[in-house]
Amino acid sequence: MARLGIGGWSVRLIVLGIGVALLFAPFLFPGVRAIEVAARICVFIVLVASYDLLIGYTGIVSFAHTMFFGLGAYGVGIALAQHDASWSALILGGAAGVLAALVLAVLIALLSLRVKAIFFAMVTLAVASVALVLASQLSNLTGGEDGVTYSAPDLFSPATALFHDATGRTARFFGVRMDGKIAAYYFIFGGSLVLYLILLRVTVSPLGTVLKAIRENEARAEALGYRVVAYRTFVFGFTAVMAALAGVLYATWLQYTGPDTTLSFEIMVDILLMVVIGGMGTMWGAVIGAAALVMAQYYLRDLMQAASDALAGLPLLPDLLNPDRWLLWLGIVFILLVYFFPAGIAGTLAGRETRK
Amino acid sequence: MNALELNGIETRIGRYNVLHEVSFTVPEGGVFVLLGRNGAGKTTTLRTIMGFWTPHAGSVRFRDTEISGLHTSVIARKGVAFVPEDMGIFRALTVAENMTLATARGQFDSARLDWIFDLFPALKTFWNTAAGGLSGGQKQMLAVARAIIEPRALILIDEPTKGLAPAIVDAMAEAFQEIARDTTILLVEQNFEFARALGRDMAVIEDGRIVHTGSIEAFAEDTELQTRLLSLSV
Repeated sequence: MARLGIGGWSVRLIVLGIGVALLFAPFLFPGVRAIEVAARICVFIVLVASYDLLIGYTGIVSFAHTMFFGLGAYGVGIALAQHDASWSALILGGAAGVLAALVLAVLIALLSLRVKAIFFAMVTLAVASVALVLASQLSNLTGGEDGVTYSAPDLFSPATALFHDATGRTARFFGVRMDGKIAAYYFIFGGSLVLYLILLRVTVSPLGTVLKAIRENEARAEALGYRVVAYRTFVFGFTAVMAALAGVLYATWLQYTGPDTTLSFEIMVDILLMVVIGGMGTMWGAVIGAAALVMAQYYLRDLMQAASDALAGLPLLPDLLNPDRWLLWLGIVFILLVYFFPAGIAGTLAGRETRK
Repeated sequence: MNALELNGIETRIGRYNVLHEVSFTVPEGGVFVLLGRNGAGKTTTLRTIMGFWTPHAGSVRFRDTEISGLHTSVIARKGVAFVPEDMGIFRALTVAENMTLATARGQFDSARLDWIFDLFPALKTFWNTAAGGLSGGQKQMLAVARAIIEPRALILIDEPTKGLAPAIVDAMAEAFQEIARDTTILLVEQNFEFARALGRDMAVIEDGRIVHTGSIEAFAEDTELQTRLLSLSV
């Protein structure tokens, strides 16, 4: 049986738990916000896993990953905004975005993958900055800072009934309305699952072994007959396509595409944090890292509000736990995670089980 | 046809001219030994042949084909394997993954793999172990095994006995004799006894220049020459 990445049983159990929670999210966690969080986690798992393949498996540091994510999202956004909300517009727009990401990635790779890692990282940072500025400036096409709002195909409309009950109204399963929002969520979940499994398959294939060899020592890999630049170019293009496809999914879900939701450097930092928290070069870590950070971003403030209210009578503590200070606490949690899980959650847990 | 011919090779690293008109011929089959003191240019010679350094002048012909200036990966695919001084194994990968990387299609010839396990039984024992956890001798075995997992025309081996226990050195010598039956080995070595037990022809490099070529037996009998070129006596 092929080894599916690294990780002992504890890591796999955590990932399985997150997977089951995401699969049944609309039923387990009813409410608009919960399903929003679940969909974001799904998309970010793909985005983080593709970045892990790039940085964790191949050792390529790039700051252009959100640019590729944005290209996929803008492809869908612009196509759906300028045409009717049809499947053909979604598919053609998405394909155009993915193709643009692939072409740009190959160009960047061919022009700059031969230089030292730090210069390559700087090139990707510069190109991503240009893309962000262009998205803001080309307002006729991209909607500028405001972005573009559009409708997804009818299947994903909340007014669409997937099933009808005996009275002809939208059916409910376990109290959840079977409407277009559920269809949209499972489109995102299914798409993300397929993309993640493809990425996982790559890491356990002979190609994955070559990538790990390149990460460890390029010259040694070349001495065995591997053309390192070709492999690095392929991986950069492949992960760009994966990021763009994640962008397609996210744009379809949000029905809005703007610089803040797809291209911003805050998202790039989030991706980096998710890779580090989950465990670089583990692939399972993408699931753990994405789930942990997205949950923290959405629920840490609520948790702090509850804690602040509970400690209302005490001095200082309610102030410290004021929800406005959530970023401070997120930073503290991150430092503690890095201290106790230096190889990320998946990497450290797997390492401990290997040593036992 | 010779396995390898170097003619007037000049290699510069930065501002320094390390190799000066290096010329020697490695005949097909057997072990050819390149001797020299520390810093004489032995490793640079191997790295130049392998394409890590592009020679400024001269030619490197592998089986009558010019290979100087070719990319390292192309030279490797032509059938030249390299076992560097630091063994060049991938520490994070298992023994099996290290070996798989050296195959063209990711699959082993089972008869050849059995032959390698006979040469180096430890590799079978640690097949699914991360290579970084192996002992020095086992790492060297893995490095050599990786070079021979598929038939190669020429194997460049850089100081394989460095830091190894005598028992491992003996095992390595036996393995090299076995490998040299159907493969040419260009061996860089400072352990003269080891080199003498294996080699037939040899060259001595000093300050980036070939200062002696001939048979290793004749060299072993000439103590004055040994003392002058290598500061050693057998």
